[in-house]
Amino acid sequence: MTLTHFEAAVLFAFLTSIVMGVVTKQTDRDRVHYGIYVFVSFVVALFGLGWLMYFGHR
Amino acid sequence: MLVTLKKAMAKEKTVKEPKGPPLPPVGTWMPAVLLGWLVPGGGHLLLKRTGRGVLLLFAITAMFLSGLLMRGAMFQPQSGDVLTTLINTGGFIGDLCSGLLYLLSTAFGYNQPDVPGAVHDYGTKFLVAAGLLNILAMVDAFEIAAGRKQ
Repeated sequence: MTLTHFEAAVLFAFLTSIVMGVVTKQTDRDRVHYGIYVFVSFVVALFGLGWLMYFGHR
Repeated sequence: MLVTLKKAMAKEKTVKEPKGPPLPPVGTWMPAVLLGWLVPGGGHLLLKRTGRGVLLLFAITAMFLSGLLMRGAMFQPQSGDVLTTLINTGGFIGDLCSGLLYLLSTAFGYNQPDVPGAVHDYGTKFLVAAGLLNILAMVDAFEIAAGRKQ
């Protein structure tokens, strides 16, 4: 299986968010919210670091 | 003098007392933790948390299988300098924590050498991350079995 950096990082974020959501909170509603929050945080960090490396490389 | 010494000893005793609730009997949580190690989410399934157990089973297994499909390398414990020992032993423990997924893949002969390449490197990290996520699932199963969490 060949994935790009972006695809692999998003897949990692998706699967990790599921586990983090399931194991951390007490109610299903909180679990869903926290899982979405972790996933969005991963993706924001991914874009942030991506742009940082882009400008650092120029 | 003796009174002061007794007071000091009593104070030391209170400081050394463990914090938090006492550890419940091993029989109440060990089966869930062991099954959770062997089968990701198995502890939750044993404790009748079916939805959460299935989600954990899906996420951790998908993470491990993605690592295999990317031809990630498994760590083996190695001695040498501190960094080499830490990385390889830590990675090996991470791999091992995937339970049956790790045991079966090595038993069926999966032996990918560590080769350069971004995809292989991601695969190696996915394999270790699956084990680390399974540790979180095992801790959660322990807390449920011990009655500290719903």
